[in-house]
Amino acid sequence: MSAAESVFPQLEALLPHVQKPIQYVGGELNSTVKPWSECDVRWALMYPDAYEVGLPNQGVMILYEVLNEREGVLAERTYSVWPDLEELMREHKVPQFTVDSHRPVGAFDVFGLSFSTELGYTNMLTALDLAGIPLESADRTIDDPIVLAGGHAAFNPEPIADFIDCAVIGDGEQAVLEITDIIRAWKAEGRPGGRDELLVRLARTGGVYVPRFYDVEYLADGRIARVVPNRSGVPWRVSKHTVMDLDEWPYPKQPLVPLAETVHERMSVEIFRGCTRGCRFCQAGMITRPVRERSITGIGEMVEKGLKATGFEEVGLLSLSSADHTEIGEVAKGLADRYEEDKIGLSLPSTRVDAFNVDLANELTRNGRRSGLTFAPEGGSERMRKVINKMVSEEDLIRTVATAYGNGWRQVKLYFMCGLPTETDEDVLQIADMAMNVIAKGREVSKSNDIRCTVSIGGFVPKPHTPFQWAPQLSAEETDARLEKLRDKIRGDKKYGRSIGFRYHDGKPGIVEGLLSRGDRRLGAVIRAVYEDGGRFDGWREHFSYDRWMASAEKVLPEVGVDVAWYTTRERTYEEVLPWDHLDSGLDKDWLWEDWQDALDETEVEDCRWTPCFDCGVCPQMDTHIQIGPTGKKLLPLSVK
Amino acid sequence: MQRIRLRYTKRGRLRFTSHRDFQRAFERALRRAEVPMAYSAGFTPHPKVSYANAAPTGTGSEAEYLEIALAAARDPEQLRKLLDESLPDGLDITDAVEARTSSFAERLEASVWELRLEGVEPADAERAVEAFLAAETVEVQRRTKNGLRTFDARSAVVRLEALAAPSDRPGDRACAILRLVVRHVTPAVRPDDVLSGLSVTADLALPVPAAVTRLAQGLLDAESGTVTDPLAPDRDASPAASTTAAGQSAGAAQVPEGSV
Repeated sequence: MSAAESVFPQLEALLPHVQKPIQYVGGELNSTVKPWSECDVRWALMYPDAYEVGLPNQGVMILYEVLNEREGVLAERTYSVWPDLEELMREHKVPQFTVDSHRPVGAFDVFGLSFSTELGYTNMLTALDLAGIPLESADRTIDDPIVLAGGHAAFNPEPIADFIDCAVIGDGEQAVLEITDIIRAWKAEGRPGGRDELLVRLARTGGVYVPRFYDVEYLADGRIARVVPNRSGVPWRVSKHTVMDLDEWPYPKQPLVPLAETVHERMSVEIFRGCTRGCRFCQAGMITRPVRERSITGIGEMVEKGLKATGFEEVGLLSLSSADHTEIGEVAKGLADRYEEDKIGLSLPSTRVDAFNVDLANELTRNGRRSGLTFAPEGGSERMRKVINKMVSEEDLIRTVATAYGNGWRQVKLYFMCGLPTETDEDVLQIADMAMNVIAKGREVSKSNDIRCTVSIGGFVPKPHTPFQWAPQLSAEETDARLEKLRDKIRGDKKYGRSIGFRYHDGKPGIVEGLLSRGDRRLGAVIRAVYEDGGRFDGWREHFSYDRWMASAEKVLPEVGVDVAWYTTRERTYEEVLPWDHLDSGLDKDWLWEDWQDALDETEVEDCRWTPCFDCGVCPQMDTHIQIGPTGKKLLPLSVK
Repeated sequence: MQRIRLRYTKRGRLRFTSHRDFQRAFERALRRAEVPMAYSAGFTPHPKVSYANAAPTGTGSEAEYLEIALAAARDPEQLRKLLDESLPDGLDITDAVEARTSSFAERLEASVWELRLEGVEPADAERAVEAFLAAETVEVQRRTKNGLRTFDARSAVVRLEALAAPSDRPGDRACAILRLVVRHVTPAVRPDDVLSGLSVTADLALPVPAAVTRLAQGLLDAESGTVTDPLAPDRDASPAASTTAAGQSAGAAQVPEGSV
């Protein structure tokens, strides 16, 4: 085991020379430092991005607390260091450290990384290298931590199969505790059979994926022939984890309050997990099924305790589609009533396009400013919205924005995607018409020209475990060309152009994201080449380099007979073995295929919360069920202050 | 409306807290401690807090000050304890008095600083200090938002002494300690500027960055070169006198800690 002493004295001498040193010192309110020697299983948890993005991440915060509540277990956090500190750490031989007690990451039993996006892969390599942990799983010894990946991107961990020892898909709360028990038992027995034996024990649970225990065979044309376990007792498919009762897991109870400024300065409460709206582009909605609601009383308690523990001024009610909670009206009104005097702001991200949401937003902004409302029609034309199963008509949208402008809202923000399957220029240009109709209606109801609408649009990236997993991605050039046409149409309009803001993301980062999200093990060498060429912080515009990714891919991929286009803009067929087929999200592959065919036929599918089951496969496969209200209960009997 | 003046610290690793970071942390602590704050009027009301003369990011401090306005009266000591518990360790509230005098900010005339210079021989530090003090003016440069600025670092310095660090462990490497009393002037002369001055006048070089801590702020007694507790006048003023001419009773109480 590497020495576990704090490296703070060495780090401290470097901090006066770097930007925002506060992000590296820890000591946040509600952070936990447990005695090292009194714990026998130790986790280092990483969100592989800068502290300002990583600290508010709910996943890491939840697991940090769940693990630290356990006796004999400790969890500490680590984040990506910016290049200015990385350079000094290399020069002065300071290893990747945790911010809680500044111990070297290499001294922990598990190094767990939460990947919300594939763009964190190069940051993982930086952290491994700084930690002195061999980059590739095959080179690690019994004294190196088990490198474990989780988060949504882990639903296809194949591109990072060389670098991780294992991956867990789905909800982490119970999974981390099961893994902890296995590690504890193995350590107590004197680590029999070394690292390999521990990985076998983990793999045999059926809920931990160990890439090295699976061989991938390829066809001559580059496609995968099959993926086969190479060990006895290792399952053919690895299942996702599902926490069924959210009220039993009211985490984070003590949310971390950073000293440094971060991207979300608020207390977040997850009001439900999963979504069955069935938007075909949405990986989150597909892989987190079924819907499990936190009860209205559970929400009330978490908000009350969380505000006391943090002192935050704002509460965010999180989920994939927050207005869909069966008792959201009661929740919103109850919270607005309770905190009216305390100047606590309430926010409800991710809402659908309908007038009910404007009522909700009105409730949440009783005393505050009504600045902007956001809706996500995602597709510009009615036809496109049928393809993606986003059931919202232009009429709905106009009615909704009319209500919004009529209630004093001054700005409406609309989110769209470009490059959806079957999309043409015409579909995207209709976004401009929609925005103009919004402004026309807004001027009419508000009797003012001082209203705005912002169109925000980015390239669509097909994701694993969705009906669009077979779809061709639109190339960066075509995406950019289409977005330019849309921009010209909006800006060129004399009557409405000045009232419409246009924000877009160019197509290049989407191609790299697309490469990695539907990639296979052969991309490990590309990721490594990018890292070695200096690739870091790929989610940041100022650090991302498309050219570096393309150059690295061209160096590595010809050897195996495929290229970037093969991974991104190529349409897959029904028969093709997809790199993530052996990772079981519960979704039946045939159902996904049928839904893909329905998309091409422009056929919509309803939400199974209110209509009969569509046999997506998740509930029977995972032995789970939809868990929703209404409970009919009130928010919470107010505690005596 | 009651006004309370607080003394707080930035200790250990939390000395890397910037002033903006501290402000956010403090306002959250006010909420957690359920302090009945008075709010500013306007569309987005803010709790009334005034900060005085914050130490730069990266320097520690035992003597930062701020004042809060309450909508309902509270016992200063109880409030201090509550707020201290609501802040992370290292950001500690060490003193609280009810404001009974005016012009608090004007009482912050000077600061006492301690600068630990790891790896510097005390004798070298002493020579540099002598050269610095012997100079009439010491021109130094500092990068500001408006570019490189040149100013005199000497005239604001009231006292400067070099001491040897008490060595706790055998084999410790050399370490000099500077005690600095500096008047608050515009542009501010910071400990860093004095260090630049020492390098200009005597080529004093630091192998590692200095660990800098503000020990005290207050009224300057020019004769003795000491700094007095700026909260003392509030403590001394009787509650009855608070509404009358309290501002005049400038306190002369000595602070044992932090005076040189």
